[in-house]
Amino acid sequence: MTSIEQVIGHSQHKSVLSRILNIQAFWVFIAAVLACLALTFMTDSFATERNLFNVARNFAFVAIIAIGMTAVIASGGIDLSVGSTVVLAAMVISVLMEGGNSFLLSAMVAILAALLVGFVNGMLIAYVGIPAFVVTLGMLSAARSLAMVLSNNKMIYEFGPDHDLLLWIGGGSTFGLPHPLYVLLILTLVMSLVFRWARWGQYIFAIGGNEQAATLTGIPVKQIKVSIYMFSALTAGIAGILMAGWLGSVTTNLGQAMELTVIAAAVIGGANLAGGEGTAVGALIGALLIEVIRNSLILLGISAFWQGMFIGCFIIIAVTFDRIRRMRASD
Amino acid sequence: MSRLKLIGLSKHFGAIQALQDVSLEVAPGEVLGLMGDNGAGKSTLVKIVAGNFHPSEGEIRIDDKVVEFSKPLDAQQSGIEVVYQDLALCDNLSAASNVFLGREPMRKFGPVSVIDYKTMSGRAAELFAQLKSETRPRDLVRRMSGGQRQAVAIARTLLSEAKIVMMDEPTAAISVRQVAEVLDLIRRLRDRGISVILISHRMPDVFSVCDRISVLRRGHLVASKPTAASSPEEVTGLITGAIETA
Repeated sequence: MTSIEQVIGHSQHKSVLSRILNIQAFWVFIAAVLACLALTFMTDSFATERNLFNVARNFAFVAIIAIGMTAVIASGGIDLSVGSTVVLAAMVISVLMEGGNSFLLSAMVAILAALLVGFVNGMLIAYVGIPAFVVTLGMLSAARSLAMVLSNNKMIYEFGPDHDLLLWIGGGSTFGLPHPLYVLLILTLVMSLVFRWARWGQYIFAIGGNEQAATLTGIPVKQIKVSIYMFSALTAGIAGILMAGWLGSVTTNLGQAMELTVIAAAVIGGANLAGGEGTAVGALIGALLIEVIRNSLILLGISAFWQGMFIGCFIIIAVTFDRIRRMRASD
Repeated sequence: MSRLKLIGLSKHFGAIQALQDVSLEVAPGEVLGLMGDNGAGKSTLVKIVAGNFHPSEGEIRIDDKVVEFSKPLDAQQSGIEVVYQDLALCDNLSAASNVFLGREPMRKFGPVSVIDYKTMSGRAAELFAQLKSETRPRDLVRRMSGGQRQAVAIARTLLSEAKIVMMDEPTAAISVRQVAEVLDLIRRLRDRGISVILISHRMPDVFSVCDRISVLRRGHLVASKPTAASSPEEVTGLITGAIETA
């Protein structure tokens, strides 16, 4: 008896360091830190308060949705409709606030609209059995079109009586930190705990690991799948509201192609597209790295057209490292 | 007393007769080897007992009480567990998480309840110790050998205190050493008074661990006799039809 317990205890002590070294997000974080250090020495403008504030705010939007995307990817799915959910939520809140409604009411309706998008996605995927890629690709088109219908494709920049409140929530700061960053940090903390300690979190990873096994053990797989897509849409809805306040105006091309950046952030942060792996902190770090790359190209005076090249290479490098590590582990 | 008794079990799918008038009895702590060629009706029989299919005719008795299953959960609640061929484990989760999957112990902190990993690991370690397996509760299933995976799947059945464990080809895709490990696991289950139905194509495994052997051919039960009174040659003959009945 004791020998087995000793072996267990021993293996736990040994693996703390090696476990950290084995986390993809850790290496991505090191890469981001190195990039920041290099930029601090190479440019005068990186380590300024103004620039760091911008970086912190900009990456928060992508990171918030990347946490929702991580849940979807960890369950073995994909959600291509988040960019369109962003514009739909932003448009719903803008149209309502322009019509004289309060921020609170408009924000709640916008969140409901986003949740509805996620609900439709989830129902079609879980109960009708259509592949997630197809359903959310359809929704990518449908939700954006709905946003165009809602606004008649006009830009909205008057937000009624709570105009200043919306701009403060999305674009303001408290104690020197931008508000979207607070939302991100709270979400990261809560979801890190949920992924690890809640049944819902455990079941996401079980479904992503072996959906059939999850079904056989009596986990309500279909209901959980619907809730996962609703969660992903919720993060997109929150980001949409914050972006409306940050930009101070909403057009129907808001969030266009954002789903690709979000997926990239999640994957760079260690979410496994085959399902079963991913962390909230990883999503945050993945989004941070992408923003640091984007920011550095601007500061170094390199054409912004190169941005896609760097991000693309990082996605492939991140996944390649994962492959190599796995091959070593299986030997 | 019989733990599991099947009386006149038949199942047809349209015109196809998958099982015909099969009667079978398993005692507590008995290991029954269920053999037969592909399509002989083994899987159908397992699926009926596991609650996946409803029999066209016949009845199932557990501890001499008639039971009716409309879904797999009913069978589980009656003490029947199936260890599937593909093992139905989540590779990305730990051994303990797999053992407890779908029935995690929770700890309450005010309004929130969290998974009690400590209890899970401790209980899983106990179960592995009972099985004399060196599986460690916190190891990922991905890194485990075939024998250790079987131990995880079997520990699940111990956790639910199953009366009857059905194992579908547990030794089909693993190394010789691991086969010995799995056969030991089956003996441990037997020692705890659990009845085991072992479905296997591997003659040596069946003869080394089973108390009795039943052979199905084209939906009929053609033999059911003590292992000691049979031989691999006879069973092969029964499976192929070279010997009519025994």
